Amino acid sequence: MSIDTAQHGLVEHSHGAGAEAAEGALDRFASFDVDAHEVPRGREEEWRFTPMSRLRGLHDDTPLDGSVDVSVDADPKVAVTTVGADDPRRGTSTYVPVDRPSARAWASAEKVVAVDVPADTVVDQPTVLTLTGRSAEQGAAGHVVVTAGRHSKSVLILEYLGSAALADNVEVVVGDGAELVVVTVHDWDDDAVHLSHQHVHVGRDATVRHAVISFGGDLVRTGTTLDYAGPGGDATLLGLYYVDAGQHIENRLVVDHNTPNSRSDVEYKGALQGKGAHAVWIGDVLIRKQALGINTYELNRNLVLTDGARADSVPNLEIETGEIEGAGHASATGRFDDEQLFYLQARGIPPELARKLVVRGFFASLINRVGVPAISERLMATVERELAVAEELAAQGA
Amino acid sequence: MSNLEIRDLHVSVETEAGPKEILRGVDLTIESGQTHAIMGPNGSGKSTLAYSLAGHPKYTVTSGSVRLDGEDVLDMTVDERARAGLFLAMQYPVEVPGVSVSNFLRTAKTAIDGEAPKLRTWVKDVKESMQNLAIDDAFAERDLNTGFSGGEKKRHEILQLELLQPKFAVLDETDSGLDIDALRIVSDGVNRFTANGDKGVLLITHYTRILRYIKPDFVHVFVGGKIAEEGGPELADKLEEQGYVDYVGASA
Ligand SMILES: Nc1ncnc2c1ncn2[C@@H]1O[C@H](COP(=O)(O)OP(=O)(O)OP(=O)(O)O)[C@@H](O)[C@H]1O
Ligand SMILES: [Mg+2]
Repeated sequence: MSIDTAQHGLVEHSHGAGAEAAEGALDRFASFDVDAHEVPRGREEEWRFTPMSRLRGLHDDTPLDGSVDVSVDADPKVAVTTVGADDPRRGTSTYVPVDRPSARAWASAEKVVAVDVPADTVVDQPTVLTLTGRSAEQGAAGHVVVTAGRHSKSVLILEYLGSAALADNVEVVVGDGAELVVVTVHDWDDDAVHLSHQHVHVGRDATVRHAVISFGGDLVRTGTTLDYAGPGGDATLLGLYYVDAGQHIENRLVVDHNTPNSRSDVEYKGALQGKGAHAVWIGDVLIRKQALGINTYELNRNLVLTDGARADSVPNLEIETGEIEGAGHASATGRFDDEQLFYLQARGIPPELARKLVVRGFFASLINRVGVPAISERLMATVERELAVAEELAAQGA
Repeated sequence: MSNLEIRDLHVSVETEAGPKEILRGVDLTIESGQTHAIMGPNGSGKSTLAYSLAGHPKYTVTSGSVRLDGEDVLDMTVDERARAGLFLAMQYPVEVPGVSVSNFLRTAKTAIDGEAPKLRTWVKDVKESMQNLAIDDAFAERDLNTGFSGGEKKRHEILQLELLQPKFAVLDETDSGLDIDALRIVSDGVNRFTANGDKGVLLITHYTRILRYIKPDFVHVFVGGKIAEEGGPELADKLEEQGYVDYVGASA
């Protein structure tokens, strides 16, 4: 067993090219071969929360021959190009598809959007990549590879708009010593279905802040996997979701502490309102034998604002070494904190406004942590818009 | 001039074993310009009285009445009571992450007055009150009560009292957890509040030391969910010497 292949948490062990890697207890099944992944039926552990009938066949064999429009707003120092599927940058994150939709997207994507931040370059202006779908009636596949060069410093915003049935893979390669912020914003129209997989490969002593913001769409399921290319990597994984009636928002994370002295800090926060609003958060952290002196913490908090909404939250730590600096997780799903509401109301603030203050407050610290001023205001505005919906629901119920 | 009239107030809380009566017939009338001290041992129901006046949902009034200038307070929602002129400085102020002190103060002031305060005078008033209470400027941008020390929380309650200018203030053990300097600062704040003689105060305390700084007109000894004895300031001196032993013994 070579150290090199054993590092990868997601191990290719079927028909793909390259050496077979030894599979440890912490390894998940992964393969480029679509047929190696059985069509999920919904009873599988990975799919048990997902409403399969609403996937528009992305998991099965709906053709993925549609496309989404790509538009770019970037500093000239950042190269954003559309290249063919045979581009050598594809796969550099070491990602191997972990499920059938991801494998299908990999096989079907004809174009790859490559974002390259040159080494030793500091870019202040966020790179904004906007992917706009035209219709949810036709399946589409996508692929994005983001490469942050050694010691570069930059921000990428990836936003999804419009309507689509999209399966895609996003690879994020953070070079040694680089600092990268990647924010994904799902601002889909109501009928969009999106199965997304993002893999982040963190270089030696690199720092990455990764955020997934989910507002729109009928069903948005984002898998985020992260591992380390060397020791000393520092990853912050943030998420914010606001789930309305009938919406399904699912976030699945696997942080693979496969190197020593790596750090991960996961914080996902969501609010839910309306009948059939469903949020799922699964946070797996793997700490391998060689991952000495690591530190990890993961937190998921859900605020259920009305009856009929449901949040599933499953944090999970799998530890193979005892020599870690710190590991912990917490998950809490609750209604409004009555004591907070009482305190605000006892100062004359009407209940609706008190609730608004508390919800804004619930998300404010997270939005601060995302730390991208260009989108902070927009996120807060969206939260406020969503809150107005909650007030309407409350008014109707009353 | 206003008055707050509590008549034969009975209050229970829900427990696993069913409702438990905590207040057993409280009678008390406060006029503007008066300061009443309520003193009593732990668990005697002082906070229950305070929370019941403010309308905390945990407490159920089973009988009796509370009137503010004749208006039925028990019929009002929590925020209506505050807008009607009642203020409760809590024994344990609640942390509200994500809501800044300055945003909270402005929102509360707007709600109480029914209109937004004039920006320039408001900023000046807040600054001045914060200085009076030795609260650092930086607190304005901190999350409400979040991570504040016990003493800092208490000083913020009095800051709100000064800025919101209610008719009647219930101060639930505002003195506990304060060192001697903070105690003086907080007492000065309360005395500024009552200086014009148009405010009423119900000062709940466990210890007599705050009564060196805030002079009560009336002292009520609270035991077993009701008032066991009342008198003038001299009653506090008696409690200082003898403690609650007499009363607790009697009620047990
Ligand atoms: N939810 C509850 N369930 C059971 N008992 C309760 C509940 N809430 C209050 N009590 C009881 O009611 C009594 C009065 O409590 P309260 O907090 O009003 O006392 P207090 O006089 O303010 O005491 P302290 O001096 O410690 O602040 C106590 O015996 C307390 O344990
Ligand atoms: Mg008390």
